[in-house]
Amino acid sequence: MNAVTVFGIFAAVAVGLGLYGLITNPEPLRKIIGFNLLGSGVFLLFGVVGRRGAAAGIGNDPVPQALVITGVVVAFSATALAIALLMRLHQKGGPTTLGNGSPPSARSDPLGS
Amino acid sequence: MSLVRDIMTIAAVSAGALFFLAGTVGLLRFPDTLTRLHALTKADNLGLGLVVLGLLLQAGNLRDGLKLIGIWLLALLAGATVSQLIARTARQGEAAK
Amino acid sequence: MSIATVFEIVLAAVVLILGIWTIAVRETYSATVGFIAYGLLVALIWVRLDAVDVALTEAAISGGLGGVLLLGAAARLQDAELTATEAPSKVTRVSAALLSSLTAAALASAVLFLPDSPPTLAPTVAGHAWATSLANPVTNVLMAFRAMDTMLEKVVLLLAIIGVWSLAPDDAWGGRPGLRHQADPNDILVFLARLLPPVGIVAGIYIFWTGANHPGGAFQGGAILASMWLLTVMAGLTDTPPVSRRWLRFVLIAGPGLFLIVGLGGLWFGAAFLAYPPALAKPLILGIEVAMILTIAATLGLLLTGAPERSEGQ
Repeated sequence: MNAVTVFGIFAAVAVGLGLYGLITNPEPLRKIIGFNLLGSGVFLLFGVVGRRGAAAGIGNDPVPQALVITGVVVAFSATALAIALLMRLHQKGGPTTLGNGSPPSARSDPLGS
Repeated sequence: MSLVRDIMTIAAVSAGALFFLAGTVGLLRFPDTLTRLHALTKADNLGLGLVVLGLLLQAGNLRDGLKLIGIWLLALLAGATVSQLIARTARQGEAAK
Repeated sequence: MSIATVFEIVLAAVVLILGIWTIAVRETYSATVGFIAYGLLVALIWVRLDAVDVALTEAAISGGLGGVLLLGAAARLQDAELTATEAPSKVTRVSAALLSSLTAAALASAVLFLPDSPPTLAPTVAGHAWATSLANPVTNVLMAFRAMDTMLEKVVLLLAIIGVWSLAPDDAWGGRPGLRHQADPNDILVFLARLLPPVGIVAGIYIFWTGANHPGGAFQGGAILASMWLLTVMAGLTDTPPVSRRWLRFVLIAGPGLFLIVGLGGLWFGAAFLAYPPALAKPLILGIEVAMILTIAATLGLLLTGAPERSEGQ
């Protein structure tokens, strides 16, 4: 049981935690946080596999590292788009939940859009 | 010579860790925001400063040492600014009540 | 069991407790703060996994910029929290817990039963380092061996910006993102926004430039440059530019555009798409990275300021 295996098991638990948070938290912002937790767990799994592939004087296999760097940036831009959608929904004056609440009505919005 | 250096590093980093512990205990035990900020600045300035001092003894060359000091100064700057902002917001919150 | 292993086990345990707290805590604001702390500690885990480039990216983009994004959203949504009161039913929670545990168990068993002689591409990467004469293997992979992925990633960033801008209301179309921050000249935030950006810009450019031979690179440097710009916007020293400005749009497409041009040059004059001649590889890669860092800084900053909310005249 070396440290890399411990990190791998932690990454698996982080994926489970993020998935649970994504499904059960009713607020969209908490769902976005859960999605980010899920993503960080998946990236750590890549890192664990890369660490086990250390060879030729390099401490961690560079190909999974490059994939994770790409993944972090893409996950951030997905989060930014999700937050922009959430802000727009908040501006329109609707409830910021994903429930089966009232459909968007045609009433006049005080914010003028 | 390197044994003396290692002992001094261990002493300085342990003292820094002690200040971090004191700051955390203050954060958990003090009653309101302003006193908690007071505790946190001890961890920030003294704790980080002692840790950086201990690591300076292990730095290989001048450039690494300057980078370490630069990190400490930047952490000081950020900590000082954020403490002022949090304290002002806390005072405004109290005045509004 | 060495001291380092004990430290790593303690680190993993602390991050796990922080993750559980982030999911379980009641207030959204606390969950956001917990997530920021989680991101920074995960960057420490990446350092222990010997992947310093990824640690820098995780701390700067996911922990730093992502944290600012979530904090801003949590602050603006604080009053709306009262309307979100539908807690999920017991059945949903139990089945979600079951699904999560199964997923976690499957992944953990996959980790425990990984093959003993791990397959790795590190010798291949080290063997081909002559093609670019850069010493950082991750930069080699990102900019040369898997350059197509990086180029498409820049296009994904561009698509995200287009998506965010398309959410502007009709009267603010093409206008300035975000609200105008007021600046009292003696304010402490204004002081920080005057003092820190010169240092931050040097740090960002240094991290980008040293990425050729040491851990670093264009993404990490671009994130630092973006955060310096955001600091001046938040202090009210500058205003966000209207998104209809041509120079802004040119900066946003400069990165993927130059990448594409170099790639097509490789197709017409060289061996294949995105093939660099070994003699010209280093200057070509550094040139593409200069365009990339400008685009990344502009894109990340604009993603954070959000959809346009004020019309151009304001």
